[in-house]
Amino acid sequence: MLHIPILRKGKPYYSVDVARTVHHRTREPFVEISQANVGLIRRDLLDQETPRRLLARFSTRELLDLCRRAAGHFLHDPLPLGEQRQGPDEYVRALSATTGMPHVLVRKNMAKIHGVLAEMESVLAGLTRGLDLDILDRGFGEADGHAVSFFPRGDALGVVLPNNSPGVHSLWIPAFAMKIGLVLKPGSAEPWTPYRIIQALMQAGAPPEAFSYYPTDHAGANEILRQCGRGMLFGDVGSTKAWRADPRVELHGPGYSKIVLGEDVIGEWEQYLDVMVASIVDNGGRSCVNASGVWVPRHADAIAEALAERLARIVPRPAEDEEALLAPFADAQVARRLSQMIDQDLYGEGATDVTARRRGAPRIAEFEGCTYLLPTVIRCHDPEHPLANREFLFPYASVVETPQEHLPEALGPTLVVTAITRDPALTRRLLSSPHVGRLNLGPIPTMRIQWDQPHEGNLFDHLFARRAFQSAYAAELAAV
Amino acid sequence: MVAWHFSPETGCPFWLDYAAHLGWDPRREIQTYADLDKLGFFQDEWLRGGPVRRWVPKGFAGRPVSVFETGGSTGVPKSRINIEDFRIDYEQFSRTLPDDAFPKGADWLQVGPTGPRRLRLAVEHLAQHRGGICFMVDLDPRWVIKLIKWGEMQMAERYKQHVIDQALILLKAHPNIKCLFITPKLLEALCEKVSLKKLGITGVFCGGTEMTPQFCRFAVEELLEGVYFAPTYGNTLMGLATHKPLSAEDNYAIIYYPPSPRAMIEVVDPDEPTRVVGYGETGRARLTTLTRETFIPRFLERDECEREAPVDLYPWDGVRNVRPFRRFSSTVVEGVY
Repeated sequence: MLHIPILRKGKPYYSVDVARTVHHRTREPFVEISQANVGLIRRDLLDQETPRRLLARFSTRELLDLCRRAAGHFLHDPLPLGEQRQGPDEYVRALSATTGMPHVLVRKNMAKIHGVLAEMESVLAGLTRGLDLDILDRGFGEADGHAVSFFPRGDALGVVLPNNSPGVHSLWIPAFAMKIGLVLKPGSAEPWTPYRIIQALMQAGAPPEAFSYYPTDHAGANEILRQCGRGMLFGDVGSTKAWRADPRVELHGPGYSKIVLGEDVIGEWEQYLDVMVASIVDNGGRSCVNASGVWVPRHADAIAEALAERLARIVPRPAEDEEALLAPFADAQVARRLSQMIDQDLYGEGATDVTARRRGAPRIAEFEGCTYLLPTVIRCHDPEHPLANREFLFPYASVVETPQEHLPEALGPTLVVTAITRDPALTRRLLSSPHVGRLNLGPIPTMRIQWDQPHEGNLFDHLFARRAFQSAYAAELAAV
Repeated sequence: MVAWHFSPETGCPFWLDYAAHLGWDPRREIQTYADLDKLGFFQDEWLRGGPVRRWVPKGFAGRPVSVFETGGSTGVPKSRINIEDFRIDYEQFSRTLPDDAFPKGADWLQVGPTGPRRLRLAVEHLAQHRGGICFMVDLDPRWVIKLIKWGEMQMAERYKQHVIDQALILLKAHPNIKCLFITPKLLEALCEKVSLKKLGITGVFCGGTEMTPQFCRFAVEELLEGVYFAPTYGNTLMGLATHKPLSAEDNYAIIYYPPSPRAMIEVVDPDEPTRVVGYGETGRARLTTLTRETFIPRFLERDECEREAPVDLYPWDGVRNVRPFRRFSSTVVEGVY
């Protein structure tokens, strides 16, 4: 059986404690993953300075070249996986086996990661707002005629990763190009992608010491966040709660992303149906940037019916099928309980499952031994209804009617808002709202990501702080 | 032993009262170890709350009695009375410790739970039995549990450092301390600060909480630099089990043998706890304690483990990789990521 080791500053370590992740369909053990004990993590993290020192020997330009080479290795080459090597097709099959994600979606996510590595220069330009990269190397310089100096807030970035979609791994990769050591805790069902990214970067010439990879339990994950100078945590509402007050840790919880149509365009809503469908369905509805709500001032019934008609056509297909859009649940019980939760909230007045009427079949579907939740559109008549502002790990959206003047307050915290409107007053309110994480003005799917834009906080601002700086030794400093 | 506990002259009020309600005389009906099944399962609720004197055998009337408590993470802690048992248990355990690692006459440091726990007196007695003097640093695990429940992780960390700081002061001030009792987490924390080997420690007796094989390997390979490592499993109700020496051959499995015949651990089918599972099979730990001070038949522990075959050193059943007993329950996760 495949065995994925721990990486201790790049060095493989095989633990006595092993977790076995099963194939989502057969439920047979598919891969063994070495588990790191808390003390081992803690001991390793006593030295976070060495990785940063080794990375500091490279210029940012050299690291960008290295990322470009790594992009090719990631996409095309066999790379070490424990004592074996794993080709790109094997990677696709393995990731699909443990998460259920269809191959076509895995490949799309691979392309996304390749894009971030290959385009790291533009990613850094976006995150640093076009800062001269030499300033990152020297720690000081001049920007727009002003002296600037930046310092890292910590030597290492600890990242607790999720299982839902490999695309999220593109969020932490820029830390490497900013010369910050990485300490990763992979998701139990998705150990593949972070390991492959690390191997691609090492193959391209990155110092192995820059990467620590600790599959571990909840206590180990917390230890990583406690010990690293900066952290990133992907998780549900419950698991991120404990870290809400800690500014060292950037939280990536549910997105509750939404599409909003303004009064000025609502009469032509049919034109935007494709944008709505893509925002809800792409990537199997598994991302925080998938829309989980469509908020409109009128025509909610008609929009819900039209969406339901389109979404009810989507059916489970084999993982290898190029047309596959849905991922099964690795644990059938979770699917059943989620469906029950939705049904419970449908009792009484105020909400209707419009897709159920269209489909004439239950939300839960069994296909080739796997359990799926079929796309679901809920028409909520009250913005306060418990199903109006929810997010699940499958294509799900509420359609909510609310007066335009109640927006954006009625939306609540929202990661991505695609606002289809030219109304200047609504646009102004959206621009000034602290609840809106990313704002797309116009018919842009919520899933469309520009890598030069920040995502749930700016990684550069998270990792670096600006200090006041002036110097009387310009000539001497030039040699620094 | 059954005759002692159920005799009106020597038994304790609890068991005499229990027998009075049985309708049969255990002294007559229980003739073998297997016959203990007739008494049913010992309920841990019986040990919570008073009067604690109902557990004192009449045969020990007038003797000084100690009371030891379990962790007490939820509600009223379980308590067990002790007169001589902890001394006997630790003297027996002492015979399993190698003299080169735990030299006779060397002093000890205990860093771990004291207060109402058996360890407080037991480790000190072990040190004294081996001719040493025992220094103590106290840790209150109930306070740590509260801090964790409140989410006060930073405060829990500071408390741990407070304990470690005290241990360091003692270790540096008393060069005759060569033996250490410490819990696994405190051992990790202590080894972050100092080399125990350089401080002259030759043996570490580690216990108090669950240890995984990976922890043991980590301790041997990375924390202790050759200092002898004795991981142990004990609890207030059983006494102290001894470990089979760790080896890479066993994949660092932690194999314990109970202090038979004073206590037996059997591994039973969780769904049919009268059935002992086969060697190598996983099951729930079932304890039977049989000393003159304490009679605890067929007590289902909150631990699971594998049943281990006897070895030359311990020709009775052992247990492998004891860990908390849990039936898996799934939680619904909404909005992963």
